[in-house]
Formats: sequence, structure tokens, C-alpha cells
Amino acid sequence: MSTYADPYASSRETTEGTVFSVTGGDWDSLVTEIGQAKEERVVVNMGPQHPSTHGVLRLVLELEGETVTEVRCGIGYLHTGIEKNIEFRNWTQATTFVTRMDYLAPLFNEAAYCLGVEKLLGITNDVPEKASVIRVMMMEFNRISSHMVALGTGALELGALSPMIFCFREREKVLDIFEFISGLRMNMAYIRPGGVAQDLPAGAVDKILATVKDLRHSFKDNEKLLVGNSIWMKRTEGIGYLDLAGATTLGVTGPVIRATGLPLDLRKIQPYSGYENYKFDVVTADTCDVYGRFLIRINELEQSLRIIEQCAEKLKSLEGAPVMVADKKIAWPAQLAIGADGMGNSLNHIREIMGTSMESLIHHFKLVTEGFRVPAGQVYSAVESPRGELGAHVVSDGGTRPYRVHFREPSFNNLQSTSAMCEGSMVADIIGAVASIDPVMGGVDR
Amino acid sequence: MSEDKKGMFGAQGTGDTSGYGGLVRSAASTGSTERPYGGYFDQVADDLERAYPDFADAIERVVVDRGELTLHIKRERLVEVALILRDKLKFEMSMGVSGVHYPEDTNRELHAVYHLLSITNNQRIRLEVSVADTDPHIPSLVEVWGGSNWNERETFDMFGIVFDGHPGLTRILMPDDWQGHPQRKDYALGGIGVEYKGAVTPPPSDRRTYK
Repeated sequence: MSTYADPYASSRETTEGTVFSVTGGDWDSLVTEIGQAKEERVVVNMGPQHPSTHGVLRLVLELEGETVTEVRCGIGYLHTGIEKNIEFRNWTQATTFVTRMDYLAPLFNEAAYCLGVEKLLGITNDVPEKASVIRVMMMEFNRISSHMVALGTGALELGALSPMIFCFREREKVLDIFEFISGLRMNMAYIRPGGVAQDLPAGAVDKILATVKDLRHSFKDNEKLLVGNSIWMKRTEGIGYLDLAGATTLGVTGPVIRATGLPLDLRKIQPYSGYENYKFDVVTADTCDVYGRFLIRINELEQSLRIIEQCAEKLKSLEGAPVMVADKKIAWPAQLAIGADGMGNSLNHIREIMGTSMESLIHHFKLVTEGFRVPAGQVYSAVESPRGELGAHVVSDGGTRPYRVHFREPSFNNLQSTSAMCEGSMVADIIGAVASIDPVMGGVDR
Repeated sequence: MSEDKKGMFGAQGTGDTSGYGGLVRSAASTGSTERPYGGYFDQVADDLERAYPDFADAIERVVVDRGELTLHIKRERLVEVALILRDKLKFEMSMGVSGVHYPEDTNRELHAVYHLLSITNNQRIRLEVSVADTDPHIPSLVEVWGGSNWNERETFDMFGIVFDGHPGLTRILMPDDWQGHPQRKDYALGGIGVEYKGAVTPPPSDRRTYK
């Protein structure tokens, strides 16, 4: 028992032990103390559990009245050690980890990582065309579902409830497509080194085209609700200002830098997975504010739909084409079927390894448990995720496990600009500014 | 009758699941790439030599591998070269710092790798600085690219590389009072063993498959 007497919790000894009587704080002394301070300066801790901080983001705000004079971000609450963990798994298993980083854009995480591994293996050009087309299509669907969350929660945080309902309705349609194709709605580890995990199920192209048509129609609901809405514009125009010089020095990418007028989009300037073969426009704005970033996301939806339509067109002529590299030393031994509850088995493959070919069984066992070897070296591969440049620095020492993988997460770098955007603004505008950066804490902390 | 078994399967030492399958792994080449480098890399190297006369002294080696250019730089020259790269060669953006720990690379155990992007010329290069574990100091590049701030904090947090001149080098992902730097190779994966009805599942660090 401490001998220290707590003024707010007096104690007395009873036969049952010490009993504390907790009383309220002494507001009189607090008010006197603040009254004696020279200036009215309040430090507010916002988060890590706060409905408007997009997950476990902690903001330490220094306020003078309603004006924010200093913002500091506290991150790390969702640090899961993914980069450390995948050093203990083989190259294929690592996709299951990286897909969980930025949980709103799982396919981009997988794509950045797998493109890096393929570069290390030297098989970038051997990845079948159909696999690349499926990757592009899935990534664009993912961009839509991610933007839907960004727009929906962003609007919700600024007090507009209806867009959230619409956005999540649209996102659900995209997740249905994911479930139909990969068996899982999120964190699907669908893109694998060398290709994709499964071929498209029967009837996929028709379903994709029907969904595109449906989405294009439904996106109008959101546009009507928000674009040009005077209340929405008052909350977003001129808020969270970050110009090109600030964005470049802070390493900000994605919609935030495109809102400064710079068409920085890796799909155009450094194409990967065959993006040079698709027609689409890079959407920019020149307002440098929250409204500009919002408009970019709204307009990128249509561009993604355009790309998906072109993918569907290509997929029609790629019926039955391979979706995994031909090299049996790298390719996963079997293409699995989608079962009712996720990924199922390939019965033909089981028949082969269990019934007919001992060599196939050995090969399967070695490749699945031990994995393939990747020549030593380091590469950096980057993709344009919904939030900006998602880069993977992949280092191999020649073994079957990644030696080191570091992800250059767009959320991580973009979040640094919070101070630049918010200092000097009203405290209520912080919500809009952070929402326009669209940070995903799973990606920031990894 | 049998001796005591430890670990999950009783395998000690011989249960090789590292994937090397008994093969000898050849160490990564430490040599320099000879010219021509190919692509825009010759142009970048020429421009840098012209803008920075001490090129031969500052750049330890130039490596072109898998279509990517890496400049290995002495740490004393890092800031000078970075400024030239930013201002003269138009590498406007730093895409961050990533640390790598090579315990076998004696006196150069800790590597800091910087990925640079030039928007003007649409080029990418990589800078690599190596320091000894016993003297893990690298000058900070926050003054050159402000965005390096958090990236350097992360690399400090994960590897213990001290970036001199950083405005506030504190941990960023791990708790402030954390001991050790998790991404170093001598830092075990960790984990907690679980006992259920007398049977014990060892912590991941002690499981054979994760050794």
C-alpha cells in the first residue's frame, strides 16, 4: 500500500481490505491553473480510438482557441511485424502476409510484391498475358472498392451520411466479384509469383460486364449527392491545402499530388502488367485541396471501369489460356477450384500425386513446403495503388525465403503531410484533411 | 528407452528447412558493373560526374542489376551527392529509406537504401550506404527531402541506424521503451509458447520450421 494520499480517492481500512472512495476531479483548481497561464493554449489528444481518424491514428493537436497551431501524428498502433514475419516464410507464403497490410487494397500489395519477386527471378516477361490481364482487372476493381471506402467514410466524417450508404453498397458489388473469382472478399492472396492463383470461373466475363454496367449507373447517385453540393464544398474547398512543392519534398503521391495538377500516375509513366495497352486518362485537379482530391477519386472510378471493360474484351479471346508461368520449378503445382467456402482442391491433381506419379508427389511436396529459390539481389518494384506509389524493396540472398522486404507504403508517406495541411486551420478541418489523404493504418504501420 | 526430445519434432540441428537443401549458396557479388550500363544509366552517371567532380572518390561502386542502377556511396558524401541529385539531376522525390542487415558483411553490416524518383526525366535510381554495426551513423537527408523524416525514424526503429542531424529521431512503430531493433537478423522472431492440457506448442522462434 502506498502512503501517498490521492486527493480524489480517499481510502479507509476495513476488514475486507482497503476501500477507496473516488470523487470527481477538482475543476476549481484546474480552472485557476489555466487562468494563470499566459496564453490560451490547449493540447488535445485525438485518437487513437476516434471515429474520424481512419483507424488507430493518434493526432496530438495544439490549439489556440479553434485554431490548430501544431499537429503531430502518433502511429504504430497497428504494427504487425509483417516485414519481419515474411523473412521466416517462403516466397509464396509471403503473399498471404503482404495482402493484409493495406487491407483496403490487398491486390495492390500482392501485385507490388509479386512483380518484385518476378523481377528477381527474371521471369517478368514470362508471366502469361492472361495472368496480367486478370491482375489489371482485379486491381482496377480494387481501386474502385478502395475509393468507395475513401469517399464514403470521408463524407461520413464530415457529416454526410447518405454517401456512405451508397458507397458501401457499391463496394459490396465489387467484393462479390472478388469472392466469385478468388473465393475470398478481402486478403485473398490471389496474385502469386508467376501469375494468379486460379483461372477465372465459368461465366466470369459476363458477370464482370454486368457489374461494370451496374456500377456505372450507381456511381451517379454519389455524384448527384456531393459534386457541387454547397454544404460539401464549404467543408472541402480550400481545406487541407498542399501545393506541388510541398507534395514532392514530402514524398506524397496518389490523388493528393494529382490534386496539385501533376499527372503522376505510374500506370502511365512506368507501366507494369501491360498497362501501356489500355486506354485511360490520368485524372488531375488544380485546387490542391480536399475538394480536388475528392473530385479525382470520383472521376477515377470511371477510368477504372473503362480499363475493366478493355480487360473483359481481352479475356474473351483468352479463354483457356494459362494463368501461371510455364516453369514448373516456380509455378504452383495445381490450379485450385473455388469451393463453396473459399479455395477448394483440384481433384485431378490429387489423383495424379496420390495415385499415379510419385515424382509429382515429391515435386509438389518440395515446392509447397520448401518453395522455390530466388537468385540473390535486390529490386524495387512499384505500382500505383489507390493511395499512390506502393513500392516493394525485395532483397534475396538466394534462398527460398525473402531476405528482406520493405514496403514503401503510400499511406505512410502521405500521412506525414498532415502537419503541413492542417497547421493554421480550424480544428474541424483536420477531419476533412485526414480523410482526403485516405490513410489506411494497416498500411502505415505494417 | 529413447532419449529426451526437445522442440516440436525432436529435430536438433539436422532438420534443415531453410530451403538451401544442402547446396552452397554463392555470396552476392561485390564487384562494380563496367560501362556501358545500358538504358539511361550511362546518362545519369555522366551527368553526376560532370556536376560532382569528386564522383570517383564518393561513389564506391556502381551496380546495374536486373535493370536497376545502384550507387554505393560513402556516408560522408551522402548529403552532397543527394543535393546534386536533387538540384542538378532532378531527382525531386525520395521514395524512402529501407534498411537491410547483412551480419556477414563485416564492418558494413547495416545498409541504408534510398530509392529516388525523377519526375522530370522519369528515372529511378537507388543509393546505398553501408556502415558498421559498431558505428551506425549516417547523415540525415531530412534537409534534402523532407519526407525522409518518418522513413529515417522507421529505419532507426527497425535497425538502430542513427541518422545524424535528424530533427527528432525517435521510435515510430515500436513503443518508445522497446528494447532492441526488430528487423535486425540477430533479433529473434519471438512469440509465446502455448500450453493446452499438458501439451506445449513452442513459441515460433523455437519451432523447427522457423529456424
